Amino acid sequence: MIKRIKNLLSVFWRVFNSPSGYFSLGFLTVGGFIGGVLFWGGFNTAMEATNTEQFCISCHEMRANVYEEIQPTIHFTNRSGVRAVCSDCHVPHDWTDKIARKMQASKEVWGKIFGTINTREKFLDHRLEMASREWRRFEANDSLECRNCHDEDAMDLTRQSSRAAEAHRRGLIDGDDTCITCHKGIAHELPDMAGVEGWE
Amino acid sequence: MMRMIATASAVLLISLGVFAQEGQLDALRGQVPLLEERTPEPLYDAENDDRRRSRAYPMQPPTIPHKIDNYQVDLNANRCMSCHSRQRVGETQAPMISVTHYMDRDGNFLAELSPRRYFCDQCHVPQTDAPLAVENRFVDIAEILRQRRETQE
Repeated sequence: MIKRIKNLLSVFWRVFNSPSGYFSLGFLTVGGFIGGVLFWGGFNTAMEATNTEQFCISCHEMRANVYEEIQPTIHFTNRSGVRAVCSDCHVPHDWTDKIARKMQASKEVWGKIFGTINTREKFLDHRLEMASREWRRFEANDSLECRNCHDEDAMDLTRQSSRAAEAHRRGLIDGDDTCITCHKGIAHELPDMAGVEGWE
Repeated sequence: MMRMIATASAVLLISLGVFAQEGQLDALRGQVPLLEERTPEPLYDAENDDRRRSRAYPMQPPTIPHKIDNYQVDLNANRCMSCHSRQRVGETQAPMISVTHYMDRDGNFLAELSPRRYFCDQCHVPQTDAPLAVENRFVDIAEILRQRRETQE
């Protein structure tokens, strides 16, 4: 069995390693270039398609739970009409980080296929686990997704309420808190917070 | 007898109707007839200056001097307590909920917020800059005492 696989691999390697006997160098380079462009474009287009709100709420798990919950919040309904969609907060914007996150998301496809959260009850049972994972991610990357829009260097503390300005100065600027340390549950409802640090 | 009762209740109903039309406040509809659509009042801004109001009487639950939009207070989480609980005030510098909130109804002290005090906005409410719906004729007890002292002198 192993010998046969070895044979097959060596045949493949011989073909792969020998110069082309039929195709011109021009065809191979230009064709390779065009093929590469098509592949790369197609890959990124497909990945962008998985980054849309339409894609996320095509599953009822997202549409009936988290999407319902974000609608009354400031990130969905506000005076200025700027809206953060799912991927703005849950997928990094940088390419390498995005690919890493997309690879992690294959676990979520698994969950979809096997119906891990396909009822409201199951969703609520897993809510703390899922939320904690997001909080850990935000803490590890210093709330990178928040900072795509909310930059502390760009914050005018004098325009904030005194309470907010004081908390930002103490925690964010002087301390080593990050956005998610305090701003949990701003876009979705919180799970049972018993035992979560800061929510005693 | 039946006729008398019927007449009496009819008179009562009509007079009630008259009273209802005259200057009675209907917070939901105002004085707009049922078949007409009412232009809703604008929403007023909540006070957000973090300056404590003085209390109208000693037992008054303090008002909330900041916005509480979308604060989650339910079975799962209590946003207020993430700043105002005993353990959190050191870090947040928010006023701690009073000691009565840690007592059960027999006056025994509990380690945690008493369940009967859990829903903060049953007693504590934010304030808006809305004009008064009715004239406020409340007189502070200190004012009454002062007046009485003056009349006795």
